[in-house]
Amino acid sequence: MLEISDLTHSYGAYQALGGVNLTVAEGELVCVVGPSGCGKSTLLRSIGGLLRPTGGRVLVQGRPVEKVPDDLAIVFQDYSRSLFPWMTVADNVSLPLRRRGGDRRSRAAAAVEALEQVGLPAAAGKYPWELSGGMQQRVAIARALAYKPALMLMDEPFGSVDAQTREDLEDLVLQVRRSSGMTIVLITHDIDESVYVGDRVVVLSKSPATVVGDLRVELPEPRDQIATREHPDFVHLRAEVGRLVRGMRSGEPAAAPEAEAASPEQEPAPAAPKA
Amino acid sequence: MKTIVSRIAWLWILPVVLVAWEVSTRAAQAVYFPPPSVILARLHELWFSGPAAHVFLTDEAAHHLLPSLGRLVVGWAGACLVAIAAGVALGRSAVLCDVFSPLIHFFRSVPPPLLIPIFMTMTGIGTPLQLTAIVFGVSWPVLLNSLDGARYVDRQYLETCEVFGISRFRRLTRVILPAASPKIFAGLRISVALALIMMILSEFIGSTEGIGYRMLVAQSELDVPTMWTAIVLLGILGFVLNAAFLRFERHVLTWHRGARKTD
Repeated sequence: MLEISDLTHSYGAYQALGGVNLTVAEGELVCVVGPSGCGKSTLLRSIGGLLRPTGGRVLVQGRPVEKVPDDLAIVFQDYSRSLFPWMTVADNVSLPLRRRGGDRRSRAAAAVEALEQVGLPAAAGKYPWELSGGMQQRVAIARALAYKPALMLMDEPFGSVDAQTREDLEDLVLQVRRSSGMTIVLITHDIDESVYVGDRVVVLSKSPATVVGDLRVELPEPRDQIATREHPDFVHLRAEVGRLVRGMRSGEPAAAPEAEAASPEQEPAPAAPKA
Repeated sequence: MKTIVSRIAWLWILPVVLVAWEVSTRAAQAVYFPPPSVILARLHELWFSGPAAHVFLTDEAAHHLLPSLGRLVVGWAGACLVAIAAGVALGRSAVLCDVFSPLIHFFRSVPPPLLIPIFMTMTGIGTPLQLTAIVFGVSWPVLLNSLDGARYVDRQYLETCEVFGISRFRRLTRVILPAASPKIFAGLRISVALALIMMILSEFIGSTEGIGYRMLVAQSELDVPTMWTAIVLLGILGFVLNAAFLRFERHVLTWHRGARKTD
């Protein structure tokens, strides 16, 4: 589905990506995690064709990425700048569907169906700014779903919502993946989230970023916010990822108790929840 | 609290000022400042005492008021359409913008009334002159605001379009124009006032009809109350146009106020 080889990118003298190699199979949900400012977003933008990397190669479905691939959708972190405030929720979701063909009625039906899938059947006629932050991000996910891409990229999708909403949205992503089977690459700085959501966690180093860890997550399905997070494998993996993110070799004892360092409470404060 | 105060002000300030004006002008017996009652009576007699079939407009009003209004509306609307189109095109094209920027900034710096004599040599006296003057006066603020609005569309809106393969046409109509609309409306609002000014000035200078022309005639006849009716009429006209425009803007930009409130 996705093959990245020796991907490098520099902004002037500053090298963000230092040769990233990564392969994602069809139907996988891969979380990419790394320290703040390590070039995660640069990586995502290169995959999405929004940025032309200075070196290396990105293949999506075997084709080199030159512009945004047809079968790709992105869910951005900042939903308020990605949903159009002058359109209703339904119009936001159905706007991209025109290129998929179908008449107005079938597009509207597809939008309603996608909104039902994300648990917002009643929001169709509302405007994005009438919804809470978490609901707006659900709309953004519905828009991507209705578009039926083969590959969905998510750029820190839950970085701007409160903790409870974040958990709900994580479960939404898992549910979406189960029902649609699409390939998802989710970028996050939250170690817990990467382990909880991912089939695989790919760890990037500080910039210039390279892949320093690639761990398979084998936790019992379906995942559960309480049970999964207290599972010994989860605790172990989280520690492992935490060490890698902090630049320690795997298995090396941490200087600080990383259970705390890695917990979401320690992440940069999310923007004030929008009620 | 503030709304109550402003509501009461709307109710009492106008009558109070009118009464004060009436009393003081009557007391002073000033020839050039007729009392409001005289002005209003003249306003009624001159413009609005016509037959009901003509919506109470007199022949005088039909001859002077309607042409003024017609040129105002046509000139303003035409200029706005062209200026919005040009502004958005320039705002979305760095090359066009670089090429035309010096020209635009030169022309918009010229006070539009200054050009009325020049226009008159080209168009002669009458409607073409009024239209040219209004169009020129209105275009620059609308053009510059549209340019600004279209140029600074949030990058993520455009990236979203790119990701979801929104066609160029729909990108323009469904994303760029709405995103630029708050700015465009700011320009339109300025232009309403400018259109009125240019209408009157061009009628002063080169016309045989219109409110401005009628006022000049009244001046030459030393008919002070009639001069004042033109002033009152224009005041009312400006007020009504602005109120109508605000209503329209509020309707179109509901999303903008809503989105700003929550951000």
